[in-house]
Amino acid sequence: MATTTKRRSSRSRSTRSTVGKDDLIHYYKEMLAIRRFEEKAGQLYGMGLIGGFCHLYIGQEAVVVGMQAAAEPRDTVITGYRDHGHMLACGMDPRGVMAELTGRRGGYSKGKGGSMHMFSREKNFYGGHGIVGAQVSLGTGLGFAHKYRGDGGVAMAYMGDGAVNQGQVYESFNMAALWHLPVVFVIENNKYGMGTSVERASANPDLHQRGASYGIPGRKVDGMDILAVKQAGQEALAHARDGHGPMILEMVTYRYRGHSMSDPAKYRSKEEVSDMREHHDPIENVKKLLLDAGHATEDELKSIDKSIRGVVNDAAEFAQQSQEPDPAELYTDVLIEA
Amino acid sequence: MPIEVLMPALSPTMTEGTIASWHKNEGDPVAIGDVIAEIETDKATMEVEAVEEGTLGRILVPEGTENVAVNTPIALLLEEGEESAALDGAAAAPVASAPPPSAVETQAPTPTVPAAPASGTADDDAAAQAEAAHFADTRTLTVREALRDAMAEEMRRDDSVFVMGEEVAEYQGAYKVTQGLLDEFGARRVIDTPITEHGFAGLGVGASFAGLRPIVEFMTFNFAMQAMDQIINSAAKTLYMAGGQLGAPIVFRGPNGAAARVAAQHSQDYAPWYMSVPGLKVVSPWSAADAKGLLKAAIRDPNPVIFLENEILYGQSFDVPTDEEFVLPIGKAKVERTGGDVTIVAYSIMVGKALEAAETLAEEGIDAEVINLRSLRPLDTATIVRSVQKTNRLVVAEECWPTCGVGAEIAARMMEVAFDHLDSPVHRVSAVDVPLPYAANLEKLALPQPDRIVTAAKAACYRD
Repeated sequence: MATTTKRRSSRSRSTRSTVGKDDLIHYYKEMLAIRRFEEKAGQLYGMGLIGGFCHLYIGQEAVVVGMQAAAEPRDTVITGYRDHGHMLACGMDPRGVMAELTGRRGGYSKGKGGSMHMFSREKNFYGGHGIVGAQVSLGTGLGFAHKYRGDGGVAMAYMGDGAVNQGQVYESFNMAALWHLPVVFVIENNKYGMGTSVERASANPDLHQRGASYGIPGRKVDGMDILAVKQAGQEALAHARDGHGPMILEMVTYRYRGHSMSDPAKYRSKEEVSDMREHHDPIENVKKLLLDAGHATEDELKSIDKSIRGVVNDAAEFAQQSQEPDPAELYTDVLIEA
Repeated sequence: MPIEVLMPALSPTMTEGTIASWHKNEGDPVAIGDVIAEIETDKATMEVEAVEEGTLGRILVPEGTENVAVNTPIALLLEEGEESAALDGAAAAPVASAPPPSAVETQAPTPTVPAAPASGTADDDAAAQAEAAHFADTRTLTVREALRDAMAEEMRRDDSVFVMGEEVAEYQGAYKVTQGLLDEFGARRVIDTPITEHGFAGLGVGASFAGLRPIVEFMTFNFAMQAMDQIINSAAKTLYMAGGQLGAPIVFRGPNGAAARVAAQHSQDYAPWYMSVPGLKVVSPWSAADAKGLLKAAIRDPNPVIFLENEILYGQSFDVPTDEEFVLPIGKAKVERTGGDVTIVAYSIMVGKALEAAETLAEEGIDAEVINLRSLRPLDTATIVRSVQKTNRLVVAEECWPTCGVGAEIAARMMEVAFDHLDSPVHRVSAVDVPLPYAANLEKLALPQPDRIVTAAKAACYRD
């Protein structure tokens, strides 16, 4: 049982019909907030206000919003460098995130971390890590700490389809399974590790099976469908929380933009991208559910969008007004004074 | 006011590009996310997506235009309800260009190494006296026992301290350093890991992010190369990258340097590697008292500490204070032997060899001062400088390779801050610049021995 791969559909009608209006509106807002934030970040990048690497989460919003909908406040989150969505979904302040992107003192890391390196102990968000796969071992350590303390929390360690071929991921799978650590490994399979498709990088592209030799159950989930994500997340979190050890969720998703801002994404066809955007968009999916059920009107959704854009514009304004770090900050935070 | 669509930058280095094509015509409605144009540089072609909705009011830069500067308005977008008349007069107004250039403001306080005080401070004297006071009541322990006692005492004191590594629990430690810990603290806090250095180093760092205080034992530091990414990129850098919000209170410890006849892959002094990394503290004890007082300090320290032990020293015995609050400060060296003719700086096993050399030198009428560095980062430059002010001659004894080694760093610092006090060049006694050989005679030749320290000290004193 433990090693089998579950392939059950979580899109059952009963699940869909029991999702209430308030939940759907909440998911819509959370996902739209990430999208509008990322669009604005892309814009600021284009204006030269954001430097370096900037990896946008557009298209993948249902994954982190669905997982957070399933999680408890005591649970912890860690991810790689495509992290803006995770921070917003964890409840971090868009102003602080955007100001970090612009490298200003109002940013979460006082401008010293940038897009890939932000943290919030208060919101149980442990980064934001720039080395592919490193966050998986670190996240296993977060799970270890939950178990050591017996606090009932579960660590969610996110990785991309590129990270699953790093050696330390398997070292971590082994220890997590060996010690029954409360960790949910979330593989965000957006089909390309930078410009290399999963099929060209992975001998077995069924990534949810990657824990099989450690007895870690894995499940493939439609990562564009927030209800499917949430349900799978609830089951995996309960499994880990109840002492059964880790679980792997492969979220099949898609990023609409390039790997980073400077990636023209010529390794995939326009038709592929537009098909995902037009037929599988996670936000449009929820919008349709809301409209079809009569939970909201076009006008009401438009006004939600407007208010989100207000928040995002405010964050962007803050991120431009906030000053660069004081030069003296160069020398702070290297060590904690004992 | 119509919204200006600006020429975007595709990469951090792009300053201008070509409008390859327009995907929308004037008068077309535009939704957020719509591709409105395609631009290209010498490196790539990319689509420009709308970030505001409205109607494309006017194209300001026609397709095919080359060398369009980043942030130039390329189109005007009419907001909902806005008339096209609003386009007139709106164009051409130059927008605030580029963010404040950061280069202008980067005049920062001059850094480099901490300056050394000109003479001994009252603080240092007080610290030495405080340490001496602890030695009123001692017992004899091996380095191995002292390390074990330090861990046990800190584990009794703080439940968040735990030890993990290969063979640390049921086997009682590959070198028996963790002997007895499993019996006292149980499997929750004394954890045998699989042979998986990269993974358990990362796991330990993650646990320390969450506020636990892991002691991660590497069976030897040779195997820590597998874990280097987690030690440097995750443990050392996170506090800085987090603006001080989140750090890694973790100790990585284990034997470092040459053991005996285990050849190149198991015999290397990694001190310089870790010593070069900001965000780490690096400690390297010699005596059992060093081991106990410094390991307790390392476990209590809120930063990542690299604790470099030595297998050959594990069985050597020294007097160790019995007081459980005997904790040595990280970053302070100790003068093990006073002398006025030449200063010999050493760390770890080289301290014993330096003291041996000093005895030989004394027989020949040269009075050597021996400094036990104890910590390599922060490096106690002040104590070395004070000694050099007195002796005007310096020898560094190290087990690492000479290139970019501990001695190389100390020599550079002395040149910077004690140049006028040196009467001869700084001499280095290092491992020979080869992988360590297996054959007994070659191994002995490759490792720094007391006779080479004697020769170097005499050379520094211009004596034969």
